[in-house]
Amino acid sequence: MGINHFEQAWARKESSVLGYHKFTARKKAVIMLLFLLIAIASMFAVNAGSAELNVLQVVQAVLGYGTDISALVIWQIRLPRIVAAIIAGAGLSVAGCVMQNNLRNPLASPSTLGISNAAAFGANLAIIVFGAGSIQSAGADAVIINNPYVVTSFAFVWAMVGMAIILLLARLRGFSPEAMVLAGVALSSLFSAGTMLIQYFAQDVQIAAAVFWTFGDLGRVSWREVIILACLISLSLVYFILRRWDYNALDSGEETAKGLGVHVENVRLGGMFVASLITAAAVSFVGIIGFIGLVGPQIMRRIVGGDHRYLIPASALMGSLLLLVSDTLARTMLAPVVLPVGAITSFFGAPLFLYLLARGHSKK
Amino acid sequence: MILTVEGLSFKYPGREVIRDANFSVSKGDFLAVLGTNGAGKSTLLKCMGRVLKPYKGTVYVGGDDALSLGRRELAKRIGYVAQRNESVRTTVFDAVLLGRKPYIQWEASQKDLEIAREALQMLELEKYSLRYLNELSGGEQQKVAIARAMAQKPELLLLDEPTSSLDLKNQLEVAKIIKRAVKDRHIAAVVIMHDVNLAIRFADKFLLLKDGEIFTAGGIEVMTAGNIEDVYSVRVQVGRIGDVPVVVPV
Repeated sequence: MGINHFEQAWARKESSVLGYHKFTARKKAVIMLLFLLIAIASMFAVNAGSAELNVLQVVQAVLGYGTDISALVIWQIRLPRIVAAIIAGAGLSVAGCVMQNNLRNPLASPSTLGISNAAAFGANLAIIVFGAGSIQSAGADAVIINNPYVVTSFAFVWAMVGMAIILLLARLRGFSPEAMVLAGVALSSLFSAGTMLIQYFAQDVQIAAAVFWTFGDLGRVSWREVIILACLISLSLVYFILRRWDYNALDSGEETAKGLGVHVENVRLGGMFVASLITAAAVSFVGIIGFIGLVGPQIMRRIVGGDHRYLIPASALMGSLLLLVSDTLARTMLAPVVLPVGAITSFFGAPLFLYLLARGHSKK
Repeated sequence: MILTVEGLSFKYPGREVIRDANFSVSKGDFLAVLGTNGAGKSTLLKCMGRVLKPYKGTVYVGGDDALSLGRRELAKRIGYVAQRNESVRTTVFDAVLLGRKPYIQWEASQKDLEIAREALQMLELEKYSLRYLNELSGGEQQKVAIARAMAQKPELLLLDEPTSSLDLKNQLEVAKIIKRAVKDRHIAAVVIMHDVNLAIRFADKFLLLKDGEIFTAGGIEVMTAGNIEDVYSVRVQVGRIGDVPVVVPV
């Protein structure tokens, strides 16, 4: 019996305000459980890796009593990566959750509006046209980005340009979900075409560097980027949580939301802006990581329901858990080779999404 | 007066849908808005609830200009039920609790929960409290939407065809509930209805719309065979079965 069947069983069993309190307490328990799972996954992740450190060495390093090498591995390589996975996963998943609500489309995700493609276009421009990337040697880790800050800045600026164009186009149609999705699809194609054209005139080494950038990789962030991402995503989460009742009202339909006092256009504009900002920052820092924004909210919608008071924090936590587990798998599956985490999330995300889809369909 | 509509006109690009509507509603009124499909009934209701913005005219709610009131403030005064409500994966209790949104600052208080429960009780939906909305029938979902509007504790209810997806028993039940709420809570209701017999039985005021204009408005005296024939282009007879007035097409 799946967890959503338990949920339905609770739903039928209890009624009245008291029953409602019990019902919501269970949703809070699911959120606490997710915190616990992230803590457990983090412990596994900090112990996993090609540097052969035992549990004691890891614990000593975390507590500041380790050797220089173990401290370097833990504090400069593994921990920034783990924290980045937790933060970026939360950001991508919560962005997907809000986009699915604002666009009234369960398939919406951070890639729907083409923000990722715009960021990839910016990165290609920086690497190929402005020479920010090259190949150093013929080894496994040969591709290097000469100037990662230029690439990140270009990716972020172009992602924001893409978002601005979409929101301006959508404004002409009163920020209707259809207008935003169509503008996103059009912009997505345009930026893909732009990337293709740039790559067509590039040298092999530049193309290799550009392609390498697009692989989602949590290993490229340092504490500085982690802190920037953490500040941005925390503030965005607060914004989304403040809007949770508005998102619940929007779920009931645009007219009903207006009748409940929601300024629908402003809520959509704000939601899409902040969700796009998170996506732009995450993609610029760690590359393209697919499916977290689509699958995270979809899983939690089935477990805690569509109430955004619980769905927003639960989606964020599920995104953290999914990305953390995916990254740990990416580091350990073919160790010492580290696979691109974007490939892992898509590889496991796509079948999982199809399973959720089939299960939802058979239930109907 | 709870509601006064003055010179209200609305147009979609290239087409005027409502022309110069003038009428008022007092506390205790159950006003049925009648007319053929496309006459402009829903548009008129949406303009009153500020879902749509009229290009001309004013709507006063309790003496205040509805178009310049804050949205949250307006939602405390007007409960609007749309013709179509989305079926989402949220519990019936949460769907009704959403009616307290204009009053909620951070989290729903115990009082909000109690008001939501009362609204559920009023619509006889308590047994479905923790069922998911998307598991209910269309009629039950319609009742949930009405309960949500009741939870807003408004002084005016605007209901767009609230009985359209209900069976006969539920149609009568919902019409009775609206009537009782209007009398007990001393509020007013403007209700779009397609069933002339249901309207004539439960409403005490009538507004007949034809081609975007108010054809006639008033008490039961305006529901004559002649007026109904002019509005619907159908020959009818108005009679009584016992105490109940009936309109029969002939």
